[in-house]
This record gives sequence, C-alpha cells and structure tokens, in this order.
Amino acid sequence: MEENNHKLWHFHGGLKLNPHKKISTGTPLRRVPPPDTLTLPTHQHIGDPAEVLVKVGDRVNKGQLLARANGYISARVHASSSGTVVEVGQRPVPHPSGMNAECIVIDTDGRDDWGDSRLPAIDDYTALSPASLRSRVRECGIVGLGGAAFPTSVKLNPLPHHTIDTLIINGVECEPYITCDDTLIRERAGDLIESARILRHAMGNPECILAIESDMPAARDALWEALGGEQADGIRVAVVPTIYPSGSEKQLIRVLTGREVPAHGLPHDVGLVCQNVGTAYAVYRAVRHGEPLLERIVTVTGRGVEAPCNLEVLLGTPVAEVIATAGGYTPSAQRLIMGGPMMGIALQDDIVPVVKATNCLLVASASEIDQPQPMMPCIRCGECARVCPAALLPQELYRHAKNREFDRVQEFNLFDCIECGCCAYVCPSRLPLVHYYRFAKSEIGERERERKASDLARRRFEFRQERLEREKLERAERQARKRAKVASKASAPDKKAAIDAAVERSRARREQRSADESARPDVVEQQSGEVENTDQIHAREQ
Amino acid sequence: MKFPTETSPHVISHANVPSVMRQVAYALVPGTAAMAWYFGWGVLFNIVIAVTVALASEAAVLRLRNRPVQPALTDCSAILTGWLLALALPPLIPWWLTALGTGFAIVVAKQLYGGLGHNPFNPAMTGYVVLIISFPAELTQWPPPGMLAEVHFGPLETLGIILTGELPNALTWDSVTQATPLDTMRTHLGLYETLEEIRQSPIWGDFGGRGWEWIGNWYLIGGLWLVFRKVVDWRIPAGVLGGLILISTFFYLADPDIHPFPAFHVFSGGVMLGAFFIATDPVSASGTPLGRLIYGAGIGVLIYVIRTWGGYPDAVAFAVLLMNAAAPMIDQYTRPRTYGHDPAGE
Repeated sequence: MEENNHKLWHFHGGLKLNPHKKISTGTPLRRVPPPDTLTLPTHQHIGDPAEVLVKVGDRVNKGQLLARANGYISARVHASSSGTVVEVGQRPVPHPSGMNAECIVIDTDGRDDWGDSRLPAIDDYTALSPASLRSRVRECGIVGLGGAAFPTSVKLNPLPHHTIDTLIINGVECEPYITCDDTLIRERAGDLIESARILRHAMGNPECILAIESDMPAARDALWEALGGEQADGIRVAVVPTIYPSGSEKQLIRVLTGREVPAHGLPHDVGLVCQNVGTAYAVYRAVRHGEPLLERIVTVTGRGVEAPCNLEVLLGTPVAEVIATAGGYTPSAQRLIMGGPMMGIALQDDIVPVVKATNCLLVASASEIDQPQPMMPCIRCGECARVCPAALLPQELYRHAKNREFDRVQEFNLFDCIECGCCAYVCPSRLPLVHYYRFAKSEIGERERERKASDLARRRFEFRQERLEREKLERAERQARKRAKVASKASAPDKKAAIDAAVERSRARREQRSADESARPDVVEQQSGEVENTDQIHAREQ
Repeated sequence: MKFPTETSPHVISHANVPSVMRQVAYALVPGTAAMAWYFGWGVLFNIVIAVTVALASEAAVLRLRNRPVQPALTDCSAILTGWLLALALPPLIPWWLTALGTGFAIVVAKQLYGGLGHNPFNPAMTGYVVLIISFPAELTQWPPPGMLAEVHFGPLETLGIILTGELPNALTWDSVTQATPLDTMRTHLGLYETLEEIRQSPIWGDFGGRGWEWIGNWYLIGGLWLVFRKVVDWRIPAGVLGGLILISTFFYLADPDIHPFPAFHVFSGGVMLGAFFIATDPVSASGTPLGRLIYGAGIGVLIYVIRTWGGYPDAVAFAVLLMNAAAPMIDQYTRPRTYGHDPAGE
C-alpha cells in the first residue's frame, strides 16, 4: 500500500519546455498598494455573470458584496477595498479581442476599511459540514485560481452517488515563467496545510495529495517542514516530473492516481476532487478569517519588466499599476500576456484589471516569444499526435477544422482538446493549430445555438400548427353541435305540442278541482266532455 | 501601453519543415557516398540531374499554379524527391530517363495533387515505377559493384555515357553490367539451383549482395540517426524491417534451400533506403502510431511477396506505393484512444 501510494503514472505526450521560473523567484512576495480605482468585472468566472447589487454613488466597505451569483454556476463579486461606486457599465476586460464587459468601478478611499463586511471566522474547522463549507465558499466568491476560474463551490458538491476518496491540491505549475503557486507554497506552507485539513474534513476525510513539480525544491521543503514530513495525517506531498502540461487537472489526476476522468464526466466520477493551491488558500482565508476572495498572487515576469517578482494584488487593480510595482516596462517589452506562454492570452492594453483568473502577467521581449511564422502545408509528420496529452490526432482535427467539416472534428474528439498548445509548439509547418480548434469549437457552439434557436422556432411553429388544427377541430365540433341543435329545433312543434298538452292537462285538473267544488254535475259532464275532446284531438295530432 | 495580440502558444519549437528535410538529406550522405564508392561517379551525376530537374519542374508548376515559388523551393522537399529517385536508378542510366522520372514525380505525383503535403503517393517511388514499367531494360542495367567490375569509368567518361547513352571504346552494355544480386537469386532459383549453390557466386558478400550490404549499412546508420533525432518515427522502419524479417524467417525455416536467409533480404536492393528514407515519408504514410507499425510491416511483407512471387525484383517501390494506397484505411481503423474515452480501467 505504501509503495502503491507513491507510484506515479504517465500521461500520453507532453513536452519538456525550457524553464524560466528563476526570473521571478528572486525576490520575496510583495503587495501592490491599493490603486485609486478598482475595476471589478461581473464575469470573472466560468458560468453566468454575477448580478449587480450596487448603484453609482453607493459607499462600499472592503469585502462588501457587489454582485450576487446568478445561477448555480456563477460566483459573487466583492469590493476589494473600501470606497465609492462611481460607475457600473462596460469597461475593457482581459480578453484577446480587447472587448468590453460589465464592470463595477470603485473610487477607493485609501482606508481599506472592512466595516462589518467580514464574515464570522470559523475557528474550529471540525465543526464544518460539507454544506457549510460549500456555502462559505460560495459566499466568498471563490473560483479556481489556476486560470480556469470555475466556481469552487460547484467542485465541492459531488452527487450523492459519488464517493470522494482522494483530494488533490494542485501546486503543479507547468507553464514556464509562472511562479505564483510556488511563491504561495513557499511563503504560506503552514496555511496551505491547514487548508488541506479543512478541505479534507469537509469532504469526509479523503486521502489528500499535495502535488508539486520536481523543479520546486524550495516549495517541497516548505511543505515538508509545515507537515512534519513527506506525509502525515492523511496528507501527502507528491513531486511529479516537470512535463508540460502535468498541471492540467486531467493530466495530473492521471499522473497521481492512474485514473482517467471520463470524456464527458468530472473528477467526481472517478472519486476525485482537485483544487489549485491558490484556491485552497482562498478557502482557508474564507473559513479562518471570514474573508471573501479579494486578492491573489500574480507573477509579473519576462524580460519586458524591470524587476520580475510575485505580487499580492487586489482584484480589480489595473495591470499597468501591477507592472509599475514591478519596476515598469523595459524598452524590449513586446507582448503582454495574461497567463503563461503556452496558454496565456495576449492582452491589447494594460488598462484592463487583474481578475480572479490572472495568475501571471508575462511581458515578453522579442527573444522570448515567437512571432507568427509563415505557415507551410501540413506534412503529416505526426509530431503533434506524439505530444498531445489527450491522445488526439491534431493533424486530422486541423484538416477537418480547416475544411469546416465540423461533424468530422467532433468525431475526432475535438472537445477533448484542452488547448494546451503542445501540438502547435512542435509543428514544423508552424500551423497555429490551437487557433483552428478554438475556431471550430466556437463555430460548433454557434451552430448548436442556432440549431437550438431553430428547434425552438420549429417547435413554436409546430405548436402553432397544432393549435390551429385543434381550433379548427373545435370549431368544427361547435358547428356540428350547432347543426345538431338546429336539427332538433326542426322537430320543435312536437315538443311544443307536448308542453301545450301538459299545460292543458294541468289547467284541466285545476278546472276539475274548481268544478268539484262547485258540485254542478251538468257543468262537470260538459267540461269533462270537453277535456276528453281536447285529449282526443291531441292524440290525433301526435 | 498597447500591445499586439497573437493566439497562444506564444512560444514554438525551432523545428520547421526545411530543417526536417535538411536533416533527412544529411542522413542520406553516408549511404550516398557508399553507393558512389561502389558504383562510381554516375550515382552523383544522377543526383545532380534529378535534383536540378526536380527544382526546375517544381518552380515551373508553381508558376503555372500562381503559387509562391521561393518557399516551396527552399523547403528542400523537391531536392529530397530528386535525390531519392536518383539513388534508385542505375548509375549509367541516360540523363533523359532520370529527368523524365523526376519530372513525373514532381509534376504529376506531387504538384498535380496540390503540392507538398497533399500527395497520396510517394513522389520519388511513383517516378521510379513509371520508369521501370516504361523502360524495364534500361532500369535493370546495373554495373557490378566496384571490386567486381572489370571496367572503371572516370568522371568525364561517366558523364559522357549518361549524356549520350553511348558506351566508349566499343564496349557493350553486356560487358559493363551484370545482374543484381536480387536478379541473380531469382534467375537461379528459377533454374532449381539450391541456395548453397547460388551463394558460391562472387556476387555474394557476407550477408547480402557484395557492396550492397555495405551500402545498406550506411543507410542504416543514417536512418538510425534520423530515428534518434526523432525526425522519423521509429515505428515505420521497425515495421518494414520487422515485417520483412518475420516473413523471410518463416519461409527460410520452412525450406532453407529455396528461400534466401533473412539477412539477404534486408541487406540487398533498396530495403534499408526504403525502410528509413522512403517509407518514412510522412505525407504518404499512415499517421497514427499503431497505423505506422502496420503500414511499415505491410511494406516489409509486400517486399518479400513481390520479390518472391511477383514479376519484378525491385519490390520496394511497389510495396511502398501499395501501402500508400492503404494508408488512409489504416488510419481509419487505428485511431488512438483519446484520454477519458473507454478508460482502460487501471
């Protein structure tokens, strides 16, 4: 069992990339001073944008809720410092297109005042139930800080039939240049171990694996020291080989446990929960300090910045101010990338704010990045397939995506592509392969939406047709009933006669009674004769 | 501050198509040198002619197709096509046959299908097959390797023969050429001689045809270097050699008197060249890992089948083209299992 625990598996493909981690790890973690203006997008996570609760002119405390989660997969947004809301509207956000999105802009007052916005601290984590942990995490707006920004409370909510036997805390930072997780582990190893205990407890004490990469010896030592060894209390530190993209959730799960997350499933399906170390630390702050997610560690690196470092940054701080804290740009600054060189998105502008997913700001010089190269035809060399960590056939995906054969790309499992960029990295024809996959994915998504819309329109049309049909039928029935009525009216004289007869009979009986009372036999006889006569006439008529 | 936006990844490796092709060319040098050593200057002249025609015809077609000419010429693929085809031709073959084969390889087999990356068949082998079907006599006029030859031609004489198609000093083709080891084997087996008798001929070396076996070794060394550099996928040459060795061992063990030993097959003719440099052309080969093993093994088996029971002794070209035709189907049935699909249940 002991040896089995420590066995590591391989995932298909992957790359050994040149490391550039040392650039940013020379100086200790610092803090970016609160900026004059904070810009907080309402959509910093996967899922639906949060719903704004404040209006221009509102005074807000640090930690105050600004926008509430809008649906199950969504996350709250909090004020990362105190001040006044000065704008709620469209502002540039970190996106390669430079697009605008809804943001809440706060003019800070410099007091960084919590007011009464801090949640009650939970000192005894053993009192935490999974549900109360989830609601605390949800209240605190915590999302995955590894870069994908998936709402954490959702990840902490396995279905009843899932048994979670392993909790993975992911400190495997496989992108070159990024060191924010490494820094966090080195500086806050004790808190991180505590967060592992909290998460373990609240998940029903699964085995916890704290995974780091083989090129993070200082982080490993810090964790060992905080834990009192390589493993203790159901928590184990695992060092995985430095192969990109072993920090990707599915690949890491494979490396640590040999399990594969089903293509259309979740880690829950194979008994796992995986949280980034930054996320785990945010959970710790939320539980033990009652703090919502207001700040995160951002690596500022590359030859385009004067003094590369790791900084603790309030969410909403403009990128330009973060860069300024790192000494500003050097003359060789060529490209601004949010994230790493393999998967990061190139930003047009540094006025955009730091968001929950901002793990790294890489200001690359010309020597660090590759300019787009002239594309050559694919020679089917198969390098892409050799390095693909999802074991896809990237060359086939490319061919079909290029020819807009969207059924075929799905047949070749396009949606299992994690966009890690390994294929494009090795492609000798310099094809921007990931670009084609994104294109195909968005195109398929668009078609799906159109199909749904047309389905809806078709259903609506069919419903209308059905309604018209039904109405026609009902009309026909009504008419039929009416006709039947008319027909029965045609035989009305009989009825009238019957009624008349009844009326006549009752009148006769009345007259009979009055005649009895008068007791005049002659009259009676005459009258009864009359009655008899009338009856006879009626009988003949009928 | 404003920055340009590009799509990720923002870094790429430094491999590119021309560098891949160049490495293949470097790896061809030892085998080519060995061939020139054993078969004379003609080998080198053929390469010069073929490469020149390849580049010229590539440029001409690209001009006609209104495509940029320069990047295609500098990607080195046409050079390789010409070079490989030249290596398959007898060293004293008239220049116009070399030119015709190369022109067909580039114009029809490559460019008419859309150029680099789009040809379903290996261009060099297509050119070779056109020649061997159309001019079987000229294509089989191989001189004996150096140590067995009675006549040696200098560079100028060789060039003269290639350009004019005439032999100097009233020599006849019969006196300067000789059946290749593969041809000899065929003919003599056809005469019901046993292998032991056939092996008495001076044409046999230690484990293949004399001279040929060493040329094969040099191709093997160049090819292993390519595999080591990961320029070619090891699965294809492993498949070719494995398939050929398996089937030849089977028949050799069944009746060693009439079935040549496996090393003979591997080290005669163009097997090493084919296994490492021709079958490995990724454009026309299978693209999946398992598919490449099957594709290679198919070539190996077909080489044996064509050599043993087919009409031509020159089996490599036909085996490669046949498996080229099968490659799309192999790809269809050998897709790798994507992560998370039908998990192995470990």
